[in-house]
Amino acid sequence: MTQLPPPSAKKLGLVIDLDTCVGCHACVISCKGWNTENYGAPLSDQQAYGANPSGTFLNRVHSYEVQPDQGAAQLIHFPKSCLHCEDAPCVTVCPTGASYKRAEDGIVLVNESDCIGCGLCAWACPYGARELDAKEGVMKKCTLCVDRIYNENLPEEDRQPACVRTCPAGARHFGDLGDENSDVSKLVAERGGFDLMPEQGTKPVNKYLPPRPKDEMPEFDVLAPYLEPIASDGKGFVGWLDKALSALPGGAK
Amino acid sequence: MHPAASVILFNTFSGLGFGLLFWLGMGAIVPTGTGAFVWFAIAYVFAVGGLIASTFHLGHPERAIKAFSQWKTSWLSREGVCAVFALIMMAIYGAGLVFAGTRLGLIGFIGGLASLGVVFTTSMIYTQMKTVPRWRHWTTPAMYLLLSVGGGALLAGQVKVAAVLLLAGGILQMFAWGSGDMRFKASGTTMASATGLGHIGKVRAFEPPHTGTNYLMREFIHQVGRKHADQLRIITIGLAFVLPVVLLLLPFSHILAALAVLSHIAGVLTLRWLFFAQAEHVVGLYYGKR
Ligand code: SF4
Ligand code: SF4
Ligand code: SF4
Repeated sequence: MTQLPPPSAKKLGLVIDLDTCVGCHACVISCKGWNTENYGAPLSDQQAYGANPSGTFLNRVHSYEVQPDQGAAQLIHFPKSCLHCEDAPCVTVCPTGASYKRAEDGIVLVNESDCIGCGLCAWACPYGARELDAKEGVMKKCTLCVDRIYNENLPEEDRQPACVRTCPAGARHFGDLGDENSDVSKLVAERGGFDLMPEQGTKPVNKYLPPRPKDEMPEFDVLAPYLEPIASDGKGFVGWLDKALSALPGGAK
Repeated sequence: MHPAASVILFNTFSGLGFGLLFWLGMGAIVPTGTGAFVWFAIAYVFAVGGLIASTFHLGHPERAIKAFSQWKTSWLSREGVCAVFALIMMAIYGAGLVFAGTRLGLIGFIGGLASLGVVFTTSMIYTQMKTVPRWRHWTTPAMYLLLSVGGGALLAGQVKVAAVLLLAGGILQMFAWGSGDMRFKASGTTMASATGLGHIGKVRAFEPPHTGTNYLMREFIHQVGRKHADQLRIITIGLAFVLPVVLLLLPFSHILAALAVLSHIAGVLTLRWLFFAQAEHVVGLYYGKR
């Protein structure tokens, strides 16, 4: 049913640390791997080795340059997947009931055998978290690895989303954001986790942790007086050397 | 937004077809026998032809029947339900006129209103999209309804009404474009809010997530066609509204009337193309585009 359930107590989601992410795209690849080999239609590629490659991905890593008013620009890697919104506009627009939000844990899923591939849910998502698979003609999106997190056949440490399990930097955290005592909720509170496009009113469950301010190198000036720049007025030995070297063929003028 | 041919054809021809059904249902013209058959055939070819075209962009058209189930929340589902209801009502009304020469007035009235309901529900599919600020405005349904009723009147040979409605349509369309041009900015969604990084400084897309293109960029970011928007707007106003009205005001002849219809259709096709090509989806911001 595309009517949203009442807000669930349990809100499973991801917390992504923009301070720690190194932009390695390992989470992109592990996501594609797991979700191609397991639940649902595989994530197809078109012309993977051709001139114009393209394919379906449920998680993509953008990179942004942020230029403060003063000081150096910062480069921030920005992984983005479905945020499992509480007020998910992608669910209510779906004409078939294929898109739904689970009442028990808040995960937003697509029932692929009901999906007609109209694309409307992707139109309604402000985050670009849904992609219509070009080969299968059905809508694909992050499942929060629903086939891992509850999977008793997997060793306990593997019962988390593939991207979280893979991230070499520890930039991705999985947990219950509905429980304010969970590790992820504490992390969000501590670090000032924020929502993407809050003005769209989707109430995302996933949160992003802001990059920490860059360390400033302290002015280290014990030796500085001895390392004063060379006189530029051309006097004395250094001045003579400068002139002499400049006079050589190819010397800097 | 990507201006898909199937959706442009659907919006143009179904709009006209349901507009004609509206006037037929209201009894603006009451043909009987073979004459009625021809009128209803034209209306159904337009309305149903457009609906069929709209299924071409589906990934799984064979499952289309499932799309009638979620009318409680989905405008697309409501549109489907409304279209089937309107087509059945108007078929009964038409059968009465064609085979029995009787006018089942109440059924025609209900079917006529339901035909407008189809156009309205279609327009709401676009209007509801908070992600496309240009569409999220009362001018979207108003323009859909005005075009449908005006175009329908033109097809039904309601010369005076058509002239007035088309004139109003042209004026409203210019207002919709003018106000729509400012709506993305007014929506408050920016690269800063999309990334949440605005508090640090000015955000610039440094590197996209992939070397090629993807579904999102193909579907939502359509910058190429926009550069001719100004010329296309003038062409639209000329073909869809001004020329048909001028032709209608000349002494009536069937050739001029046919020309007015053709010009109107060509204009509405351009208008619909612009409706999609100029609509900017907020997801473009993640790619540093609009
Ligand atoms: S991120 Fe997009 S696809 Fe995911 S729940 Fe929110 S609106 Fe829906
Ligand atoms: S593409 Fe599938 S899941 Fe999305 S709105 Fe259409 S039917 Fe629903
Ligand atoms: S695997 Fe971790 S560090 Fe690498 S891109 Fe993904 S979130 Fe960033």
